[in-house]
Amino acid sequence: MATVKFEQAMARLEAIVGELEKGDLPLDESLKIFEEGIRLSKSCLRVLEDAEKKVEVLVQDKNGKKRIHAFSPNDEADESSS
Amino acid sequence: MLFRSNGLRLRFALQEGLHVIVRGRLTVYEPRGEYQIVLEHVEPKGIGALQLAFEQLKERLAAEGLFDQKRKKSLPAFPCAVGLVTSIAGAAIHDILTVLQKRWPLLHIIIAPVQVQGEGAAKQIADAVASLNSIRKIDVIIIGRGGGSWEDLWSFNEEAVVRAIVASRIPVVSAVGHEIDVTLADLAADVRAPTPSAAAEMVVPVLSRLVEQLEDYSVRIQRVMTRRCVFERHRLEAYLSEISHMRFYVQDKSQLVDELTSRLCQAVAELRSTMKQRVDGRHQDLLACNPLLFVKQGLTLIPQLVTRLQRQMKSVILHRRQRIQHAVAELNNLSPLAILGRGYSILQNVGTGRIIRHAKDVRVGDELAARLARGQLACIVKDVIPDTSA
Repeated sequence: MATVKFEQAMARLEAIVGELEKGDLPLDESLKIFEEGIRLSKSCLRVLEDAEKKVEVLVQDKNGKKRIHAFSPNDEADESSS
Repeated sequence: MLFRSNGLRLRFALQEGLHVIVRGRLTVYEPRGEYQIVLEHVEPKGIGALQLAFEQLKERLAAEGLFDQKRKKSLPAFPCAVGLVTSIAGAAIHDILTVLQKRWPLLHIIIAPVQVQGEGAAKQIADAVASLNSIRKIDVIIIGRGGGSWEDLWSFNEEAVVRAIVASRIPVVSAVGHEIDVTLADLAADVRAPTPSAAAEMVVPVLSRLVEQLEDYSVRIQRVMTRRCVFERHRLEAYLSEISHMRFYVQDKSQLVDELTSRLCQAVAELRSTMKQRVDGRHQDLLACNPLLFVKQGLTLIPQLVTRLQRQMKSVILHRRQRIQHAVAELNNLSPLAILGRGYSILQNVGTGRIIRHAKDVRVGDELAARLARGQLACIVKDVIPDTSA
């Protein structure tokens, strides 16, 4: 899910909570947005769980080609030596 | 005299009327016999060379509108991937990574390592910003370095860096040095953070708080919904009990209706049979009263009566006739004429007309009429002889 979608999902979820807490919707409408809310909160959490947790480094090799490789504290040594 | 090779090193533009302090070699230009100074170092008088260069570049770029507030982009609320343009050896990257990973451990971080000071640093920074822009998923870039002298921070005042930041399609957060150090990169960036740690804080929300918020939302809507469902169930139950009451009521009423209907039917049937009886009775009466009947009866009775009458009449007449005959015979027996027939006569005083029964009723000389069976005699009394036997 793109960040925009995540943001929209959060905003929609917030709106749903407010709407439900106002309590003036008809029951079937409430149920509909309740289900939507549950779905959104689950999918938001899943997005957070599924997010890529990694740190990478963008490097340029001797031919001027750019590569991305995983970052490790050793890179600091490389950098200071270069 | 300023040779191009030396001039390239100047960080500020020479302007007419500018007071400068110079260092160089004094030489003579022989063909014209002129003295000249070959400059090795030029520094503006009064303020430092760097400061002047900064002011001049700032003015020029500002005139181009590169620092305008209106072309600044806003940061994404929930970034997927962050590009970092900084030295991989400095304290800044450590601070940034620490904050990012603490707040938002899920973040994809792509580091573009650069020199942040010295020759070539500006170009590296500018190139790094451009390179990160070619990576699609990055949605925010942090460029920065830790604190240092004004000269250490100089690369972030270079035009190439400013232009790279302006050209970036991805929002850029700058964090150069300490809060008091404002570089041109800071002015060009979409958001300026006072320190690298602050930049990291601006870029990502706190994951744990977001998760808490999501859970809070989830709990709240479930609580609201549960309450709502309980409420609706109660309402439904109330309706149901109302309906069952209604059902009993309807049953009662329909029973009553049934009963009334059957009673009504019965009453109607009774009434009908009574009426039928009465009508039948009248009908019979009416039939009995049929004049034709009487006429019929009359037709047979009358001849009978006539016959009877005639017979009766005959007998009566016969009887009467016999009685008359008998009476006539009787009468004949009693008739004075018959008596006279047997030799008796009737004396009648002619004068008085009285029938004479006693001798003493007559006197001598009276004229008497004697009636005989046939004819009369006119008589005169000669003597009267009274009756001595009595």
